[in-house]
Amino acid sequence: MPIQNNRLSHEELVHNFSDIHPPFEHEEGAIIEANRCINCYDAPCTKSCPTSIDVPMFIKQIASGNVKGSAKTILSSNIMGAGCSKVCPVEKLCEGSCVYNLLEEEPISIAKLQRYSTEKAIANNWKLFERKASNGKKVAVIGAGPAGLSCAHTLSLQGIDVTVYEKEEKGGGLMTYGVAAYKVTPTFCKEEVDYITSVGGIDIKYKQELGKDITLADLQKQYDAVFLGIGVGIARELEIPGEEMDGVVDAISFIYNLRTNDYSKIAVGDKVAVIGMGMTAIDAATQSKRLGAKEVTMIYRRTENEKPCTDVELDIAKLDGCSFIWLAAPKEVKGENGKVKQLVCSKMKLGEPDASGRRAPVDTGELFTIDVDMVIKAAGQIPFEDLVSKSSLQNKGGKIAIAASGETNIKGVFAGGDAVNGGKEVVDAVQAGKNGAKGILTYLGIK
Amino acid sequence: MANLESTFLGIKSPNPFWLASAPPTDKKINVMRAFEAGWGGVVWKTLGSQVKNVSSRYSTLDYNGQKVVGFNNIELISDRPLDINLREIKEVIREFPDRAMIVSLMADNNREAWHDMVKKTMDTGAHGIELNFGCPHGMVERGMGASVGQDPEIAKMVVEWVMEVAKIPVITKLTPNVHSVVPAAQAVIAGGTNGLSLINTIQSVTGIDLDTLVPNPNVGGQSVFGGYCGPAVKPIALKFLTTLAQDSITKKVPISGIGGISTWKDAAEFMLLGASNVQVCTAAMHYGFRIVRDMCDGLNNWMDEKGYKTIDDFVGLSVPKVTRWEELDINYHITAKIDQDACIHCGLCYIACEDTSHQSIDIVRGNPYNTYTIKEEECVGCNLCKIVCPVKDCITMEEHRKGPENINWIEWQKRGLPLNDH
Ligand SMILES: Cc1cc2nc3c(=O)[nH]c(=O)nc-3n(C[C@H](O)[C@H](O)[C@H](O)COP(=O)(O)OP(=O)(O)OC[C@H]3O[C@@H](n4cnc5c(N)ncnc54)[C@H](O)[C@@H]3O)c2cc1C
Ligand SMILES: Cc1cc2nc3c(=O)[nH]c(=O)nc-3n(C[C@H](O)[C@H](O)[C@H](O)COP(=O)(O)O)c2cc1C
Ligand code: SF4
Repeated sequence: MPIQNNRLSHEELVHNFSDIHPPFEHEEGAIIEANRCINCYDAPCTKSCPTSIDVPMFIKQIASGNVKGSAKTILSSNIMGAGCSKVCPVEKLCEGSCVYNLLEEEPISIAKLQRYSTEKAIANNWKLFERKASNGKKVAVIGAGPAGLSCAHTLSLQGIDVTVYEKEEKGGGLMTYGVAAYKVTPTFCKEEVDYITSVGGIDIKYKQELGKDITLADLQKQYDAVFLGIGVGIARELEIPGEEMDGVVDAISFIYNLRTNDYSKIAVGDKVAVIGMGMTAIDAATQSKRLGAKEVTMIYRRTENEKPCTDVELDIAKLDGCSFIWLAAPKEVKGENGKVKQLVCSKMKLGEPDASGRRAPVDTGELFTIDVDMVIKAAGQIPFEDLVSKSSLQNKGGKIAIAASGETNIKGVFAGGDAVNGGKEVVDAVQAGKNGAKGILTYLGIK
Repeated sequence: MANLESTFLGIKSPNPFWLASAPPTDKKINVMRAFEAGWGGVVWKTLGSQVKNVSSRYSTLDYNGQKVVGFNNIELISDRPLDINLREIKEVIREFPDRAMIVSLMADNNREAWHDMVKKTMDTGAHGIELNFGCPHGMVERGMGASVGQDPEIAKMVVEWVMEVAKIPVITKLTPNVHSVVPAAQAVIAGGTNGLSLINTIQSVTGIDLDTLVPNPNVGGQSVFGGYCGPAVKPIALKFLTTLAQDSITKKVPISGIGGISTWKDAAEFMLLGASNVQVCTAAMHYGFRIVRDMCDGLNNWMDEKGYKTIDDFVGLSVPKVTRWEELDINYHITAKIDQDACIHCGLCYIACEDTSHQSIDIVRGNPYNTYTIKEEECVGCNLCKIVCPVKDCITMEEHRKGPENINWIEWQKRGLPLNDH
């Protein structure tokens, strides 16, 4: 069977894409877990959260029965606290540093508790924030992803009228279009965006693309400041022969399709090779498997020790039945009639540490070939270098350069999130949005 | 294997665990089940004048997810017909001759009523009588229960009435709703009681429903002060017990210890402070009669480890260790020490000491883990850090005497030694 959709029944697909981290079913469960937290002082969990959520405080608020206060504690540090509770790699953030780890005990289920409070906030539409009266200042935010929304929310609270320009037809950025479908549903993403904008003062204009429908110069004229939260683009090219063949796809587009269509419409191969070992690669591999691919092989240039994804993510791929070829780099895609048939790889070995501090892969020259009918490229994403350079923004390979204030080389133009860091987590983008907002407020002389 | 057998005023039971007079002991089916589960004896639910109960009746204090830290009730004495109770008591004694059967009594406030109750109780074959001078609600308003126990003269008079006819041992159960239990205890001993038991429940309000604003328990929109018991009252009970164990008159009679006993450890503590046996109510109401198995097993293992062959080997051993403040050695000094390998960096010791004690813990901030060390010269040895530390033996208290000599407060003043050094 070649690349094909509808490999599984509706029931199987629903099962495969159901919530990977189910919530507390009962209040009692949340309270038992909340009481397990020992309420650390200067808590390691808080310090390990990029948005510095006061974790012990929100947990103890659940325990005391002040769930509304708990939601406010979370959301005032991280307005996407609900989404983050589902998508954050907590094993390397808050939960990873919970002191229970040092007792060789399960850390507190911080994410699950965070989900408990924030889901209630969204479901009940709790009005936790009040916006200051409009002060007449106007700011344009480009991109309705985590960075843009977090920036917009922070600014709006201070009485600024924010207009968000978003090229897609939905908000949420990669939360809506990128994150694995078994972590967040489209409905949830929409509800989260609506909840954030319900504070008022945020007008999102969809299907408005910077560089196409609008220009930075125009925005600078119309607004007192601009924030760029445009994220990064599609997956990096492999730059190998055969890459143009039918069956070679970019992970970002593959996942975009998956997130915007019915699962039954998404085609996968019998034998899928995924290039890369980051979060995107894992998501591409696991979701291919969950769509019904028979064999999914992940190919990575280094060893398991150097992998960019976390152990927890790798475990998901392992449990989904993916296989792994470590120390291998793709060299050529071979096919018949323009359709992928084989992938030729080089065997690699580890050399001296590179700039990232990890040992660099070195080609041994030895080749091997595997039979595949689909290749998914997930070896990093490419920043919007064209757009950024054309707008005269100082950048590094498309990654926008900013000062500590979040300001770019252009006065009054700020940036943050994946567009600046080249691609990290949602929670980093949320913090970057807050930082940018702070810079803008200072720039505008507010607060 | 240690011998758990207990003899209290000549009344034998296979172990020192009795069920206190309360709902667990108010009818044949309960008591039969209790004896099947292994309880050494029971004090039958208080019998006396006819009453009428209300609903609801119970409420609790819960803390940090732990239910029933304290338990509160507004129930009265037995609300079952007297003749049924007496018949059932007789039947249970026949079925379980090796267990202790004590009957709790609270008669109307006159000699005839008490005589009548005592005689009827003896007719059942019960091994002893417990006089309920402690119930703090419902009966008090009628001049019974705690209102008897709170007035030594009245208490003595009632005991004298009882002793005029009693031919089986009489235990007087004291109320803790007094400043000191010693005067009432001395009075009832003067009146002839053979033994004492304590504590009965402490008057309380456990909390308020923040929606209805009615305190718990809610009886049709109103509440009353109830009687408090369960784990939270143990420290208060132990204190009252110690005062009896140390008083020259009251220490002469055996004491049955009651109040917040949930485990063998609690029981051992009561006995170390002078109780010859113990009674349990709340723990059984929370978990059922099966808890007695570990009570026996745990006590047995502890006695084996300590080399105690019988209960009497350790009853009262801690009594002399409780002294008066002015006799404590002021030169004894300990300071805290944190085991850095065991430390999990929760910072609870630091914030407790910094905010509320003597600012004696040093902090070096790290990411994500801070390092905490004791400033030995500042530490007053209060135990607070050790108490809040979640890791066993991570914080230890080490002895650093201020001087070789044992100097107490009396001596300290006599010598005019310096004060207020902190
Ligand atoms: C496959 C995949 C899985 C991931 N899984 C996780 C995960 O599980 N957990 C996690 O924490 N992170 C995950 N991430 C990373 C996370 O999604 C991003 O770090 C985060 O979304 C970055 O937020 P952002 O706002 O900077 O950018 P984005 O989320 O990319 O948002 C940018 C927004 O700007 C819009 N935009 C772009 N260009 C223009 C333009 N020219 N004009 C107008 N609008 C424009 C985009 O349409 C988008 O809505 C994943 C990423 C990928 C690719
Ligand atoms: C619901 C309830 C009813 C009680 N009724 C009586 C009683 O009738 N007579 C009595 O002497 N004590 C009564 N008590 C007090 C108990 O016998 C016991 O002294 C007290 O509960 C302390 O023990 P504990 O902490 O193990 O519960 C009652 C206690 C409870 C909880
Ligand atoms: S580190 Fe763990 S125990 Fe400490 S406050 Fe955070 S969640 Fe609670």
